[in-house]
Amino acid sequence: MSEMPGDLQYTKEHEWLRREEDGSVTIGITDHAQSALGDLVYVELPEVGQDLDVDGEMAVVESVKAASDVYAPISGNVLAVNEALADVPETINTDPYGEGWIVRLQPAGEIDESSMMSPDDYQTLLDELDEVDD
Amino acid sequence: MGSRTALYDKHIAAGARIVDFGGWDMPVNYGSQKEEHHAVRQNAGIFDVSHMTIVDLQGERTQEFLRFLLANDVAKVSDPGKALYTCMLNESGGVIDDLIVYYFSPSDYRLVVNASTREKDLAWIRKHAADFCVAVNERGELAMVAVQGPKARELAAVVIDAEWRQQALAMQPFYGLHAGDLFVARTGYTGEDGWEILMPAARAGQIWDALLEAGVVPCGLGARDTLRLEAAMNLYGNDMDEDVSPLEAGLGWTIAWEPADRAFIGRGPLAEKKADTNKQRFVGLLLEGKGVLRGHQKIVVEGVGEGEITSGGYSPTIERSIALARVPAGDYENAKVDIRGKLLDVRLVKTPFVRNGQIRIDV
Repeated sequence: MSEMPGDLQYTKEHEWLRREEDGSVTIGITDHAQSALGDLVYVELPEVGQDLDVDGEMAVVESVKAASDVYAPISGNVLAVNEALADVPETINTDPYGEGWIVRLQPAGEIDESSMMSPDDYQTLLDELDEVDD
Repeated sequence: MGSRTALYDKHIAAGARIVDFGGWDMPVNYGSQKEEHHAVRQNAGIFDVSHMTIVDLQGERTQEFLRFLLANDVAKVSDPGKALYTCMLNESGGVIDDLIVYYFSPSDYRLVVNASTREKDLAWIRKHAADFCVAVNERGELAMVAVQGPKARELAAVVIDAEWRQQALAMQPFYGLHAGDLFVARTGYTGEDGWEILMPAARAGQIWDALLEAGVVPCGLGARDTLRLEAAMNLYGNDMDEDVSPLEAGLGWTIAWEPADRAFIGRGPLAEKKADTNKQRFVGLLLEGKGVLRGHQKIVVEGVGEGEITSGGYSPTIERSIALARVPAGDYENAKVDIRGKLLDVRLVKTPFVRNGQIRIDV
């Protein structure tokens, strides 16, 4: 059973988004995603100031098993990246919703709410994936 | 659903994440691959390797048959229980599989071959065995675990009947021993000491429980891969396949060229390739900075040419990324790797990277 904070939005790509009070959006990968990836050993981050397009490459997370692309769930400008992940990538494993955040974006325009999932909807997705696994 | 070993329920009970491996539902890890890796380097870990294929060969002409079938020469081995690592080649000198052969007598041998190559291996072995009247008996009823690490033999001795225990503990590396209904071999795929234990599938659960009780840590295929990479042991399908000869995969040492009149499958084409082995080298690489080397990444040697990583990954022991690669021949120590369009520095190093818990390269 994956942990799942109730104050976040989720995507079918197993990313989470937190809407900050200043209008920016913090993004990371979910507990389910980190667990599936296994021990993380390297994270490639975008440049601060870079403009990202929705569904474009945002970061690469590499675990002991494989490299996985993390795509931008929204379009926006990179305000900050979690530099600490360069030295301690396993923070994503230990605290995916907190210290393991990856990028903070200033959204470009309105966010497409139809591609965002509530915690309940995301849980339903995970339950369906479990059934496929079995 | 794939095939399941006798230990499948034990893996689930131990919290395994299951993946498909060559048609088998196998544990990739039980939580943290890195912790499992360290357990083997520092203490003892257990791997379920029951998916591997065990084949017993019997018949008066078995030795003659294996001297024809295999690139290494089983005639080098005449001590009962002694093991030999070898490639089985196709007519062009490409590798059908790598395997371990155990000698019991000139008419009695055991092969342990890979799981992913089972069907083609068995077909190839049976096709040629017929000419030598050798009986090919797949031992699908046996389960197999590898108990590996500096403490492995000490901790695993409890599962061996008292009658055989001292003899098993005294056994030298690369030997196997029938111990009651177990077959215990001092072999492995991690660069650590340890045993591989074959047993009737019906006893596998009980032996698994006893080993865990003794403090041996369950380890998945993930850790098995990082451990073998640090030990610079080849993985079939990554480092060599039917289009690659042993000479191009760092396995020249496993080919027995003497006696010169021994005809083995693939010998002719292999001898031709031997004449121009100066074109390629099979080497170890260390990534100088951050990042992860992976199979199929391109290696660029300025002014010399290009090569390719065959196996790469993160080394939990060295805490850097390492790889095995085929690179152009030449006298150089530094090269570049193309990772997602960026050229990063790699250094050629002498393998193994890690052996018996110790880092063996300059980091």
